[in-house]
Amino acid sequence: MSQSIDALREAALAALGSIHDNDGLSAWRAQYLGRRGAVSGLFGTIGSLPKAERAIFGKRVNALQGELRQAFEGREALIQSQRLARELEEGEIDISLPAQPRRRGGIHPSTRTHREFQQIWAEMGFQVFQSRDVEEDEFNFTLLNLPPHHPARDMQDTFYTTDPRVLLRTHTSPGQIRAMRALGAGGSKPIRVILPGMCYRQEQVTARSEIQFTQVEGLAVGRNIRMSDLKGTIAEFAKRMYSPDARVRYRASYFPFTEPSMEVDVECFLCGGAGCRVCKYTGWLEIAGSGMVHPEVLRNGGYDPSEWSGFAFGMGPERITMLKHGIQDIRYFWGNDLRFLQQF
Amino acid sequence: MLVPITWLREYVDIEVPVELLAERLTLAGLEVAHLRYIGLPQATVPGLVMPRSDHLVWERDKLLLGRIVEVKAHPNADRLVMALVEYGGGELEQCVTGAPNLFEYKDQGEISPPLWCALALEGATVWDGHSDKPRRATLKGRELRGIYNKSMVCSEKELGISDEHEGVILMDHDERFVAGMALADVLGDVLLDIEFTPNLARCLSMVGVAREVAAILGTEMRYPAYDFLAEGAPIAEQVAIDIREPALNPRFTLTLLRDTKVRQSPFWLRHRLKLIGQRPRNNIVDVTNYITFELGQPLHAFDYDKLCQRAGGLPTIITRLPQPGEQLETLDGEARALGAETILVADTAGALSLGGVIGGGETEISAETQNVLLESAAWNNISIRKTLREQKVHTEASARFSRGVHPSQAILGCQRGIELMRQLGGGTIASGVLDNYPAPPPAPTVALPIARVRQLLGMEVALADAAAVLRRLEFEVAIEGDVMLATAPDFRLDISADAVVGQADLIEEIARIIGYDQIPDTIMADEMPPQRENTAVLTEERIRDILAAQGLYEVINYRFTSRESEAQLLPAGAPMPAADSYVEIANPAASERNVLRRTLLGNMLENVVNNGRYQASQQLFEIGKVYLGGGALLPQEPQRLGIFLTGARAQPWWQEESPAPPMDFYDLKGVLENVLAALHIEDFRYERGTQPSLHPGRSADLLVAGERIGSFGEIHPQVAARFKLTAAPALYGEFAVAPLMRQQRRLHKVAALPTRPAVLEDIALIVRADMPAGAVEAVIRQAGGRLLKEVTLFDVYMGEPIPPGKKSLAYALTFQDDARTLTDKNAAKIRKKIIGAARHRLNAELRS
Repeated sequence: MSQSIDALREAALAALGSIHDNDGLSAWRAQYLGRRGAVSGLFGTIGSLPKAERAIFGKRVNALQGELRQAFEGREALIQSQRLARELEEGEIDISLPAQPRRRGGIHPSTRTHREFQQIWAEMGFQVFQSRDVEEDEFNFTLLNLPPHHPARDMQDTFYTTDPRVLLRTHTSPGQIRAMRALGAGGSKPIRVILPGMCYRQEQVTARSEIQFTQVEGLAVGRNIRMSDLKGTIAEFAKRMYSPDARVRYRASYFPFTEPSMEVDVECFLCGGAGCRVCKYTGWLEIAGSGMVHPEVLRNGGYDPSEWSGFAFGMGPERITMLKHGIQDIRYFWGNDLRFLQQF
Repeated sequence: MLVPITWLREYVDIEVPVELLAERLTLAGLEVAHLRYIGLPQATVPGLVMPRSDHLVWERDKLLLGRIVEVKAHPNADRLVMALVEYGGGELEQCVTGAPNLFEYKDQGEISPPLWCALALEGATVWDGHSDKPRRATLKGRELRGIYNKSMVCSEKELGISDEHEGVILMDHDERFVAGMALADVLGDVLLDIEFTPNLARCLSMVGVAREVAAILGTEMRYPAYDFLAEGAPIAEQVAIDIREPALNPRFTLTLLRDTKVRQSPFWLRHRLKLIGQRPRNNIVDVTNYITFELGQPLHAFDYDKLCQRAGGLPTIITRLPQPGEQLETLDGEARALGAETILVADTAGALSLGGVIGGGETEISAETQNVLLESAAWNNISIRKTLREQKVHTEASARFSRGVHPSQAILGCQRGIELMRQLGGGTIASGVLDNYPAPPPAPTVALPIARVRQLLGMEVALADAAAVLRRLEFEVAIEGDVMLATAPDFRLDISADAVVGQADLIEEIARIIGYDQIPDTIMADEMPPQRENTAVLTEERIRDILAAQGLYEVINYRFTSRESEAQLLPAGAPMPAADSYVEIANPAASERNVLRRTLLGNMLENVVNNGRYQASQQLFEIGKVYLGGGALLPQEPQRLGIFLTGARAQPWWQEESPAPPMDFYDLKGVLENVLAALHIEDFRYERGTQPSLHPGRSADLLVAGERIGSFGEIHPQVAARFKLTAAPALYGEFAVAPLMRQQRRLHKVAALPTRPAVLEDIALIVRADMPAGAVEAVIRQAGGRLLKEVTLFDVYMGEPIPPGKKSLAYALTFQDDARTLTDKNAAKIRKKIIGAARHRLNAELRS
């Protein structure tokens, strides 16, 4: 009888070795390990054996059954792994084909810079105060210590409306007066605001100058605001906006609404101060005009300038955006060419 | 203004390199925009970054001061001469040259007085005088028409002084000249190109700049001599002054030089004027220009005899306002009609010049002039500014008077000018100066406690140091305890008599001379105002983010447009806004930008048309102001949100077999509803659109909390056609931002996630074709009650087998109960209720 077990093993394993797919595997399992399969058949013959051989025979058939099951599982695993490998190979795609064009959308570069400014200044306690574009001559000039015919009015070519009392603001500074009057409670409360907004000047539109541009003005008024505070505050802004070790320098300048007045330069962040085309080989980039609020302006805002002081500064986000991104033409900003906007 | 360092050094010693001086001036508020080198090398200053200059540096051993001893004819050429030039050690160099200005000396023997020139020896590098473009050339020996030549007498162009190449440089004799000196020590220079802010009117001269240099460097100022040799008859017997408007003409002075000669100015004077960009004319006019630039006090010279002729005797100079209709022909040949506010210099016969601006032609200096009457006056700067605006004329005189020249300077200019004229042209100066100065302004004295300086600057400044700075700036300073009493020098108009403003004026002077870099950086110690978020700004930024996240690009446009452009946005027959509802620009940049926009649509249409040239599918938005005028002095400036969509819903892609369909009304509606959803605005509804720029049947108005805040939809076909936007629907919406800000819910409740399974049911209803889907959905929702969580329309169908005039609307319904698990039976019951309501209220039938 032992021959029949050996023969079956031999036949079964040989058959299994030539199987390459699931159907073959199923058929093989039915033929050898199924309820009516060959191994079951051997179990069925146990009864016909002499009693003394039954136990041994049974043990051997059991062993055969275990051996065939194991062989089957091994073969099954092999076939599956081969199939998976084949499927993976066949499923390969051309990863260099173009992506599906998803619409990305984008925020205008000017807005992006304004957001950066607003965030930095908010962290330093300066909140946004919005003021109007169409202004009275009085707010844009006279209350800012620029009476009619003042020579400094020549510094700004103004768009006037058909009502000579009304113009398009040439700078965000008239917002200083409005902020002081709105928030200062009759010259009794300190103020820290920034005033972002569109400004207008009657200029030739070129790659370097526009008839409209945005500004961000900052204003701090208090009982003890010092010029050293202005310097410290601007230096802190430069650190946050440009780099933690940005050097800043100050040049004396003139704005009718501040005194003393200073221009603020930051070390050129493109060449590290070594001199390049962008900084005109000076190592410095002008980033702001600033100064201590002029006593007349404090008065016009409702404050007593012998008791109160303040500082103010103004910056041009477009210019800073241009420097940062190497934009050569300011007209890109309001041109709204998607090929420009999509680069942000 | 161009400031030659050689000229500046007449008034102040400068021990530092000019590059460092430029930096110090710039930091102190006199911005040196550019340095122009003439012959001298550019110095490197440690720590100072400068643009490299590409000028010609004169080699000290090859470019020399030469003395032209004799000029001989060239044996073989009429157009050439040979100059024998001494250049030290008694050696003579023979230079062959074609310089026309040497021909007058040809074969005249030894030249006396000595004539000096710029001599380039063999091997020297100069600019090629014949090249149009800057090109360097090195001198080599060669034959010129048979005469060997290895050196050159140079023109200004060859040395890089100017573009002049007509003749060679010929200098008048000067005691300091020695043949063979390095030319760099004679003509070498650096020009500082200084830009002056309006407060620096006092600096618009060499002396003005020198004062600043002296204060900055802490050195002494050397003023020019103001004394003059007056040997003639008293001036008062020869001319009179009559000031009729002392407010406009606070001072008028006159001097007289008799029997002088009008001729070419000497080399030094012509050279200086040319360096600073002025054209030399004759010795008299050149002196008036020279003093204008030296002292900042403009002068005007009259031909005295012409004045006498006009007066028929002794002239009286009158300063007055014009008579109605009065005219004057000025030096520039313009016949000018004079406005009522133009201050004139006149005589009894009529107007002579525009005071402080430009002279008249009739009494100007000519080659025949013998007697010169010199005017040096002071003018009110505002009055001058009005004249400039009216007459559209700008002169060096008006540039100074319009910014403000202190009347104290008039007498100095008069004295210095007349003496210089005498020295250059000869003659006799009348005794005395006729000086009419009715009301000299008091010099302001400011009381400045040192504590105020320290407090405002945030810096420890010693009283003595602050006072020293002011004294360097020529303030008179008395010290009383801790207070400085500082009196402004007589050339300054910018120090206020107001106690607090005057203090600020002085503190600025102290800070800028000490240097702003000396002030420490501090953190504000002052009370911090309460911090309030600006909700309007935050909402706007939120909306921007929502729209960008949906694939829209933000645009920012000009706020300018024209009424005609805005009319293009309306279909024929639609009424335009009233004319006065526009803010109109009096001096527009262009006629198509002469009013401020009342809508964002015009700009955005332009954007879409421009971008459409290369991008068919566009999604844009803008948040910006519109300007609604009318009535009040200032317009309303509400913030608006504009959204523009057009083109294919998706961009073409290789996996899509056919192009995506164009976006339509519902795409825009989807963008809008995402905005509303993100702001948690739930109380909104739509009504049929009323905005005339939009297609009346394909647009809607948005009402938020009952308020109509904007419209959206397809652009009116007539408008779209004007802009050639007909390939795909052009979709536009414009909304007021403020109501969105007010109605947004900044703190909204979050619903708990459902724990019970939902039951899904579909339902298709057949209704009248013109039944709004919104009405059907409303009935479904109402009948469905609280267990009906979602209603999604997934099909709209017309045509077989639906009867004509009807349509089928198919909805997916989601039923869910948070408290229990719904059975199909529960759902069927609600469904039945919905069908019943639809049948009853909409006359709808269930599609089987």
